[in-house]
Amino acid sequence: MASDGGVSCLRRSEMMSVGIGGIDSPPLDVDEVHVLAVDDSLVDRIVIERLLRITSCKVTAVDSGWRALEFLGIDNEKASAELDRLKVDLIITDYCMPGMTGYELLKKIKESSSFRQVPVVIMSSENVITRIDRCLEEGAEDFLLKPVKLADVKRLRNYLARDVKHSNGNKRKLPKDSPPLTLSPDSSDSSPPPSTLSPDSSDSSSPPLSPVEIFSSPLLSPLDDEVDDVLTSSPESTPSLVRRQKMRSPGLD
Amino acid sequence: MDTLVAQLQRQFRDYTISLYHQGFLDDQFTELKKLQDECSPDFVAEVVSLFFEDCEKLIGNMARALDQTGNVDFSLVGSSVHQLKGSSSSVGAKRVKGLCVTFKECCDSQSFEGCVRCLQQVDIEYKSLKAKLQDLFNLEQQIVQAGGRIPQVDI
Repeated sequence: MASDGGVSCLRRSEMMSVGIGGIDSPPLDVDEVHVLAVDDSLVDRIVIERLLRITSCKVTAVDSGWRALEFLGIDNEKASAELDRLKVDLIITDYCMPGMTGYELLKKIKESSSFRQVPVVIMSSENVITRIDRCLEEGAEDFLLKPVKLADVKRLRNYLARDVKHSNGNKRKLPKDSPPLTLSPDSSDSSPPPSTLSPDSSDSSSPPLSPVEIFSSPLLSPLDDEVDDVLTSSPESTPSLVRRQKMRSPGLD
Repeated sequence: MDTLVAQLQRQFRDYTISLYHQGFLDDQFTELKKLQDECSPDFVAEVVSLFFEDCEKLIGNMARALDQTGNVDFSLVGSSVHQLKGSSSSVGAKRVKGLCVTFKECCDSQSFEGCVRCLQQVDIEYKSLKAKLQDLFNLEQQIVQAGGRIPQVDI
């Protein structure tokens, strides 16, 4: 993995051992959920990281889609041995980012044989139905409206917890053997259940990652004005969950 | 008899409530407070501090872009406004966020005067919020130093 030299410890008050790509990190605790958060906004990265950590997730936060791919090892021909150490249970990404949008990142992840099973959640400050539909059709697990709240993250956390011992009664929790939560009834995405850490996981040799590893990109290009095309989203692909999302935050512009 | 701690706590409570009622803060600020605990006792202060740095940087970008007389790149200004709107939304800086909405419209309609006006307003607004939050954090410190606990304020 290319050393980017752009790793920055952003919060001096909190000591983190930042490793580039987590190469020197100890194995990930099999009980811990590891989330990769992608957002070009520093403020949002800090907030999402805290939201996730407070819900007992390990977090790696990066500032671009390219960094995310680099971190996952998708953009190069890395040996699978190295991929093994990157146990990612959830990827949560902003939609509007310069360079590579969250949608483009989602597509690349779903094209990757190693990571297509990882649930991807998209965040956006804009409540655009075509955008939401497009992401869900591409295989996104969920779509969160910004600003993200603790309740949103707790909900995500709950449906990642596939351990049957967790009987929190949350309706969205997936039973152990059910297919992933796809919101589009006619979705052609027949991917197997997302890979999560189960107590029986034999993946005990993968190195853990520091609580937060933040990569900063030296380049920030202007955000391309995004044109939301009228896509051919089928009439039935407007799931009730999305509607609920839409109605949840009345204060949105 | 009103102890110093009780007085400070009351001031803190009143000030907090006024910030919400006057529209400086919204419930996202409350959400941030939920993320603060003994392990991260300064989380809110850290985040807003980053936000204000962000404001300064983005406003600088916008000012530079608007300074290119006759050759203003409104999409560049717009993208900075978009970023500012996002981060203000994330910290609960309600007035700043509201100004960004207007600002974005001026960018979209390529109104130079509108943009300049909005830029001035955003600059004033973020600095005003910064001063108020500093006062709020100072009150918190005073309470703690006087041996008291920072009250939970329900808005």
